[in-house]
Amino acid sequence: MSILVDEKTRVIVQGITGRDGRFHTLKMKEYGTNVVGGVSPGKAGQDVDGIPVFNSVKNAVSETDADTSVIFVPARFATDAMCEASEAGIKLVVAVSEGIPTIDMIKTVKFLEKNNTFLIGPNCPGLISPEKCKIGILPAEIFKKGNVGVISRSGTLTYEIVNEITKSGLGESTCMGIGGDPIIGLNFIELLSMFENDPQTDAVVLIGEIGGDAEEQAAEFISKNMTKPVVAFIAGQTAPPGKRMGHAGAIISSGSGTAEEKIYAFEKVGVSVAKEPSEIAKLLKAKL
Amino acid sequence: MKIHEYQAKEIFANYNIPIQNQIICYTTREIRQAATKFNKPVVIKAQVQVGGRGKAGGVKIAKNPVQAEQAGTQILGMKIKGLTVEKVLVSDAIDIKSESYVGITNDRNSKNIVIMVSSEGGVEIEEVAKRTPEKIFKMGINPEIGIFDFQARNLAFKLFDDIKIVSETATIIKNLYRCYVETDSSLSEINPLVVTVEGKVIALDAKMNFDDNALYRHQEIEKLRDPTEDEKKEIDAKNKGLSYIKLDGEIGCMVNGAGLAMATMDLIKLYGGEPANFLDIGGSSNPQKVIDAMNILLGDKNVKVVMINIFGGITRCDDVAKGLVLAMKKIDVKLPIVARLTGTNEKEGREILKNSNLISASSMSDAAKKAISLI
Repeated sequence: MSILVDEKTRVIVQGITGRDGRFHTLKMKEYGTNVVGGVSPGKAGQDVDGIPVFNSVKNAVSETDADTSVIFVPARFATDAMCEASEAGIKLVVAVSEGIPTIDMIKTVKFLEKNNTFLIGPNCPGLISPEKCKIGILPAEIFKKGNVGVISRSGTLTYEIVNEITKSGLGESTCMGIGGDPIIGLNFIELLSMFENDPQTDAVVLIGEIGGDAEEQAAEFISKNMTKPVVAFIAGQTAPPGKRMGHAGAIISSGSGTAEEKIYAFEKVGVSVAKEPSEIAKLLKAKL
Repeated sequence: MKIHEYQAKEIFANYNIPIQNQIICYTTREIRQAATKFNKPVVIKAQVQVGGRGKAGGVKIAKNPVQAEQAGTQILGMKIKGLTVEKVLVSDAIDIKSESYVGITNDRNSKNIVIMVSSEGGVEIEEVAKRTPEKIFKMGINPEIGIFDFQARNLAFKLFDDIKIVSETATIIKNLYRCYVETDSSLSEINPLVVTVEGKVIALDAKMNFDDNALYRHQEIEKLRDPTEDEKKEIDAKNKGLSYIKLDGEIGCMVNGAGLAMATMDLIKLYGGEPANFLDIGGSSNPQKVIDAMNILLGDKNVKVVMINIFGGITRCDDVAKGLVLAMKKIDVKLPIVARLTGTNEKEGREILKNSNLISASSMSDAAKKAISLI
């Protein structure tokens, strides 16, 4: 097992003929992901390395039975792409696109919720169930099949930590970046709950950062609902208030959303928080 | 993006939110003229984009033009939280009966827009939230539907009993909501919203922040940008595809990815150093980006050593290393540079760096320790 995606997942790529879309489609296919089609309006009939291209998600779904879509279209068209996927019956949308206006995302998230479509992202690297399926832009080489679930608000910091986990001899069940924006789809709590119910997962690593209170809420959820051990890392202890640290969601506003508050919330409920990324593997081994 | 109070009030006025008469002044002469024009007591407020202006002495009341000019002499040129006051807002003074708070922002958890009101106006709302959270009322608004009259009215009833004042306030709340949505604001605040002794409801202060991701569709708001010196550098970096924020330390950081960049800064602090900046070069090995990033770091006179931390994912370490070496050849760097590359093709990357004058580090902690030892 694993969560959300596995070897049976049938993936289409929205924006498959763009530079990034094409590049990562090939990387996903090379990894063994079942990429069954792509969407690029006006380019139906073409193919990308043998993968058929369709004009609409609806056509792609009816021809390929796709259940998952990854979105590589530019920010201005990304919310439209997400809603199109949802309306066509796609069950999981993974939005890599970065720079989407917040109000557009609020409306989009509500539309997807109404259709019971899961969303990962936006502004995220995607997700992977090692040796089964990789969706998005994560570098395949650092992952190994195993029993650790990883949920992160970051991209390269996730790779840094996963690399340490894998090097230590452990491996991952499923790893996902949930996105660096204020308004995102699936959050820490929803994913923690899926990992709690996943037989392959024995422990979860949570990688948080400044801004919002998702980590505090996760801490409360863990104390009440998780039987599996959770370890965490929080980035942004040295971040100044009021400044957006790259990610639109990584901002300490009016003195709330600080790393100190998040670390305190985790430690209070028995979640070990690593002082530096390389410490995660050690903390995991102590709990497994 | 932030704007000044006077700019936010001009936007408010376009949305029929009542404000005082106002004149923006850059010199003491202009202040005196403005006060003469009002021909009644005036309030003079420093226009800098930080909170706590009143406490810092940046807000003064003057009874006549002479006093106004004196107050202007004191306020113009003063520093508030490191920012020099270059302009002041002069408005007619108002006799206040009560002060409340109205604010709108996005709520990450409920994935809604949220309107907040409190009868505790005129003080920092964060203080109210900490001390007496029961005095803040929140209402989530679904932007697909918009705000109903009854919602605005019920919020206003949390502040007032008099139906005339409630109605005026409800209209202001609805107008502020429309203003918030139509301008892609991320925070719109009236603090305080005052009731005057004559029974009028007026926005006495105004604060608006905007969603950077939506500025492309609001040229009129982009034009209001009045960046500080540090912000100018940040904007300049952004135009080059870099995300940069200046801090006060001595170790210049160059990292790919925002989360890793924050973690790198934290690690420097953990080992006893101080980061000079946040700098995310994004996911690319393009030598030009490395050159631009290096020039920004070298432009900060406090920087004594540079620490480069790259995780090679899709971008391979050997490509990044080649980019670094090429960049170093193009610019003359006298400071020591510690570079740590890890991830895909790590060994090949380190091999390439061996033949350069970059100091290679094996891990993040190793890089941080080496950088600190070189200050």
